[in-house]
Amino acid sequence: MESGAELIRKIKEQIEEVDPRDVHELQQNGNGNGAVIVDVREQHEFEAAHLPGAVHVPRGYLESRIEGSVADRSKRVILYCATGQRSALAAHTLKDLLGYEDVASMRGGITLWKDRGYDVEVPRALSPEQRERYSRHILIPEIGLEGQMKLLDAKVLLLGAGGLGSPAALYLAAAGVGTLGIVDNDVVDLSNLQRQVAHSNERIGVPKVDSAETSIHEINPDVNVEKYPVRLGADNIMEIIEGYDVIVDGLDNFPTRYLLNDASVRLQIPVVSASILGFEGQLSVFHPYEGPCYRCLYPTPPPAELAPSCGAAGVLGVLPGVMGLLQSVEVIKLVTGAGDTMAGRLLLYDALGTTFTELKVRRDPECPICSREPSEISDEEMGVFPDYEAFCAGAG
Amino acid sequence: MATIKIPPVLRGSVGGEKEVQASGSDVGEVLRALASQHPATESQLFSEDGELNRYVNVYLNDEDVRVLEGLDTSVSDGDTVVILPAMAGGHL
Repeated sequence: MESGAELIRKIKEQIEEVDPRDVHELQQNGNGNGAVIVDVREQHEFEAAHLPGAVHVPRGYLESRIEGSVADRSKRVILYCATGQRSALAAHTLKDLLGYEDVASMRGGITLWKDRGYDVEVPRALSPEQRERYSRHILIPEIGLEGQMKLLDAKVLLLGAGGLGSPAALYLAAAGVGTLGIVDNDVVDLSNLQRQVAHSNERIGVPKVDSAETSIHEINPDVNVEKYPVRLGADNIMEIIEGYDVIVDGLDNFPTRYLLNDASVRLQIPVVSASILGFEGQLSVFHPYEGPCYRCLYPTPPPAELAPSCGAAGVLGVLPGVMGLLQSVEVIKLVTGAGDTMAGRLLLYDALGTTFTELKVRRDPECPICSREPSEISDEEMGVFPDYEAFCAGAG
Repeated sequence: MATIKIPPVLRGSVGGEKEVQASGSDVGEVLRALASQHPATESQLFSEDGELNRYVNVYLNDEDVRVLEGLDTSVSDGDTVVILPAMAGGHL
């Protein structure tokens, strides 16, 4: 039987080893060929310090998680550990058992890297309680520790703590979004409770911003809640939305949707928009200058008789739950950068028939708002559309 | 024959149907066939000068006809025409 040291020596002969100098040079030159640097050490070692830009796949989970970080087996993969032994074994596994074609192990590991005086990244750490709370996020490579940190740093504004805003508030709080702003000037009513799950029987008559804050803190006391018990209007919108990273639009009327669009384009804040009626919902993301805006999709609103949202209209209580959670998923993707958002696409969901229809939304090169520079959009033209005055008056 | 998807706000005008079949060689013809089958839809779809109302979006399959050839966009058998007015219900 050969010794462990003997085995490692033999394996090192079968794999490619690179010097920290080569990896450093690669990074200095902007990593032009797209090599992935993988840290195969344990969690606590990675958190203490790691190579800039390295992804973390502990050797114990190598076989099950490497595809999440490096899907393309022809990609150049450089593994490292503390001294170059574990990474040599991991390189052997990737090459011989998993079919990765271009694998190397960094000689001497991060120890030699540091001895050479190269920079390391010291990540901000989560508290043990946060690590436990967000452990299921940290386990998925698309979110991971880095994505969770982004969520904790994120500021998300919910327009409305009603049907769409309620589920979004609860799940985004649970996900660890650091700051949740809530704009709502309403109080909780018994007829809200069929769908507005952030509120409760005991809180009928309480302002919705306060009721939602209570629910948010019951789930996650870490979340900072900013309350705006006002109606969003031309006089306050720029002041309220400035500084937020993402806006969740659950507005119930067209004039404010156009106003929001124009203000969000001006401040370049992406808006995750949904609307609901009866059994049907619509969802899209309006990401200023990266995709179409709301006016590209709907240049003018329908006349009041075709816009039942101005008056009381019925809705299946679960529907805003579905749509509000689809919005929450888009928020998390916008914050973490994972996946593809709904920018440029419109989703139609019909709950009665259980059908999902996806339509393309194009940027309008002649859009009155987003075809221009943000600085060119004036206060006077924000939220303006034909027949503004007559609009909801006509709906009675 | 094309399938027209009717949005909730127009269903009252077509006897409550979600989908209506209509024939025509282009989008304009298909929509006019719908309007002649269900006259109540006409004023909602078309303005007095016969143009499509600006607040009505029409898609051939998944593409906005505004980026195709508008009402002149040709329609093949089995295509789907989606009529989509804006909705604004949120915290209802």
